[in-house]
Amino acid sequence: MTQVHQYEVVVVGAGGAGLMAALYASRKAKTAVISKLYPTRSHTGTAQGGIGAALGNLEEDHPEWHTFDTVKGSDYLGDQDAIEFMCNEAPGIVYELEHMGLPFDRTPDGRIMQRPFGGHTNNITGKPVRRACHAADRTGHMILQTLYQQCIKNNVVFFDEFQAVDLIMVNGQAAGVVAVELATGELHVFHAKAVIFATGGHGRIWEVTSNAYSFTGDGPAMVLRHGLPLEDMEFFQFHPTGIYKLGILITEGVRGEGGVLINGKGERFMERYAPRVKDLASRDVVSRAIYLEIREGRGVNGKNYVYLDVRPETVNKYAELDGRTNPDGTPYRVTGEQILKKLPDIIDFCRTYLGVDPVTQPMPIQPTAHYAMGGIPTTMYGEVISDAKNTIVPGLYAAGECACVSVHGANRLGTNSLLDLVVFGKQAGLRAAEFAKGASFQPLPADPTDYARAQLERFRTADGSENAFHIAQEMRHEMFENMGVFRTEEGMTHALNKIRELKERMRHVRVSDTGKIFNLELMNAWELSNLLDLAEVTTISALARKESRGAHAREDYPKRDDQNWLKHTMVWMDEKGETRLDYKPVVITKYQPKERTY
Amino acid sequence: MLVTVKILRYNPEKDAQPSYQTFQVEAEETDRVLDLLEKIKGEQDGSLSFRRSCGHGICGSDAMRINGMNRLACKTLVRDVGDQITVEPLLGLPKIKDLIVDMKPFFDHYRRVMPYFISDLPVPEDGRERLQSPEERLRFDDTTKCILCACCTTSCPSFWANDQYYGPAAIVNAHRFIFDSRDTATAERLQILAEEMGVWRCRTAFNCTEACPREIQITKAIAEVKQAILSGKV
Ligand SMILES: Cc1cc2nc3c(=O)[nH]c(=O)nc-3n(C[C@H](O)[C@H](O)[C@H](O)COP(=O)(O)OP(=O)(O)OC[C@H]3O[C@@H](n4cnc5c(N)ncnc54)[C@H](O)[C@@H]3O)c2cc1C
Ligand code: FES
Repeated sequence: MTQVHQYEVVVVGAGGAGLMAALYASRKAKTAVISKLYPTRSHTGTAQGGIGAALGNLEEDHPEWHTFDTVKGSDYLGDQDAIEFMCNEAPGIVYELEHMGLPFDRTPDGRIMQRPFGGHTNNITGKPVRRACHAADRTGHMILQTLYQQCIKNNVVFFDEFQAVDLIMVNGQAAGVVAVELATGELHVFHAKAVIFATGGHGRIWEVTSNAYSFTGDGPAMVLRHGLPLEDMEFFQFHPTGIYKLGILITEGVRGEGGVLINGKGERFMERYAPRVKDLASRDVVSRAIYLEIREGRGVNGKNYVYLDVRPETVNKYAELDGRTNPDGTPYRVTGEQILKKLPDIIDFCRTYLGVDPVTQPMPIQPTAHYAMGGIPTTMYGEVISDAKNTIVPGLYAAGECACVSVHGANRLGTNSLLDLVVFGKQAGLRAAEFAKGASFQPLPADPTDYARAQLERFRTADGSENAFHIAQEMRHEMFENMGVFRTEEGMTHALNKIRELKERMRHVRVSDTGKIFNLELMNAWELSNLLDLAEVTTISALARKESRGAHAREDYPKRDDQNWLKHTMVWMDEKGETRLDYKPVVITKYQPKERTY
Repeated sequence: MLVTVKILRYNPEKDAQPSYQTFQVEAEETDRVLDLLEKIKGEQDGSLSFRRSCGHGICGSDAMRINGMNRLACKTLVRDVGDQITVEPLLGLPKIKDLIVDMKPFFDHYRRVMPYFISDLPVPEDGRERLQSPEERLRFDDTTKCILCACCTTSCPSFWANDQYYGPAAIVNAHRFIFDSRDTATAERLQILAEEMGVWRCRTAFNCTEACPREIQITKAIAEVKQAILSGKV
């Protein structure tokens, strides 16, 4: 028997965005959070380096500088009204987190500690500025724990290990979700006035990735299947420093603390690509530089990696050359012990997975698939929109990595995602509760679980001639080869054909587990079909965009083309799997597009 | 190399009792035990069930017994445990399916200790952060690292003996607030931990400290809480 629950607001996802939304929504409306993972298992917990806010605790800084850096970092594709809003909200919301008990690291005078991060600059000197508020290299862990703790304190209702598999739409309005209770395999209907998606990213499309197994794009895929568009899917960030082969992230904070990238010839090559900020250029710029070094034969030992070096002697040598100083004007110098204290988790990862001690050895790194700039299109209040005219879908909200506001445009700056989660999670929560207060429950369709049931049933009745594990491997390999840091028409076309072939083969996958209790094989197969849909629309959006901008770097169109392409992509997919594209103007307020150099 | 993985399997829909099943997998020294489980699930037996998410020791999903020790499968490499690997679910929590145990009792204990920041003091008038010195911050740094994986609690003989004992993980999370200079609910928390099922159940077996994948000095934290209860101050 399908159980039906009724809540005014249902939040899907319990990471930073979902918990912040839940905290705010639950103050005004009867709210439930459903999450396929225990909330504290969410991927927000892995975020390392920091959350961006111009507090100016260590040196001069302003929200306007943060705004400009974000606009520039986005390669001018970010919507400037939303960016300005986010950067202005930033200091207040970081203080709010501190008031909730978040244990930030502290300056000697007891204030929140801040470190430099890529693309964040003093707008007068062009030099890196200390803007990333942090708690060692586990800032995301602290944010996730703190928000979860506050939810407990505020008696927020959780349905843990419930996986949403379908959105319920009635008359063009959100009316709830259908979810599988993993422990029993039963379907539950969550009847709601407002639904907030906060399901995180979809980096599992790629072979080398920093993303969790659970980052399978469930939210965007569910929305896409209801005839709603996704925005800017071609923009997916490759973070420059993933552990070689494994993809586990080494935070940009390492470079913030003075670490440098070194090629196979022992050169600090970023000097050639970004003379002013060098190793702290934007991520797209650094990832491309690493690729070019490797392609030109300057990888380490002729392999596909370079070194990230944070040994004190290296840090001190380049700090001296750069004339880097401490806030009090003394020369910047570090000891091994200080490195250990500032980056304990990074050091632990390297020791565990590489057998390398970063205090005495350089780390082998390569770019790793990291962050979805694109996603479910929303207004700056988290309201989901259904077309290029910004038509709002009543009752449907999205926030966090699954959403596209767009504040990150073509390339996100480090520390701006954690900020995005809390700023827009809060907005979505407030708006959803407000909407719910003024709305009534839509009558549910006769059997709201039909579609969800059919999707899952497919994997129990197919002929079983294909294996999902292999399809996933082939997808990830293909996408990393042809939809990675550099792209060409030929490669992307190859990828598109491959993805379509894999989607066809996916129809033959049958799960061997016939049980109901924790049938994760079944859920994983469903997740893989989400990834395949998202891989397809990502490739289609990328093929259409004939320019290079931010993370979308085409060798056949190496220049940015503002004349034709200063616009957001919207992509739809119909029931037959046919796709359609449209474009939406970028909101430009104060900053006219300029050439982007670091 | 060929690795033998012996797994304690249990499917409540079919089996009366858990039983071992052995798989052979091709692996490299640097593979994580989680990689082996994924491979077995993907290629040999799709019904093998376990939780996992981050894959690098941060989310706390995949705590299990590996060669008799509580560990995270994603943070244990083949080279750490050799080519004969036995994998079993955590002890002391109800078994649900294969390596999945019921975490509810664990989280109920966690919720007992008021695991959230409480302050009666108003926030600074300028709306900015509360001040805290680096030394005050350091006082509870170690216990902020907890990822609630349950490795500690389910390795504790006192917890095995009585599952009503709140267990090391709950105490660690209480410690994080008790020793935070900004928090004002110390007395309430100490009172909870002084109850029958609180810290005094701890017999300093040190299993928890050994099991912690985050290298938290758990026994030390528990001792500090005991000391605070006895002296009435932190
Ligand atoms: C290694 C790493 C380091 C990072 N470091 C930084 C940093 O220093 N600074 C920064 O700003 N950003 C950083 N980021 C990016 C940032 O952490 C993420 O973008 C952000 O945490 C995503 O948060 P979220 O709330 O959107 O999703 P998540 O925290 O992943 O939460 C997603 C939630 O959705 C739930 N969910 C998913 N699908 C379903 C479904 N079908 N049904 C029910 N529930 C579902 C999950 O259970 C989970 O609770 C980092 C990312 C990574 C991977
Ligand atoms: S999978 Fe996250 S801790 Fe192992």
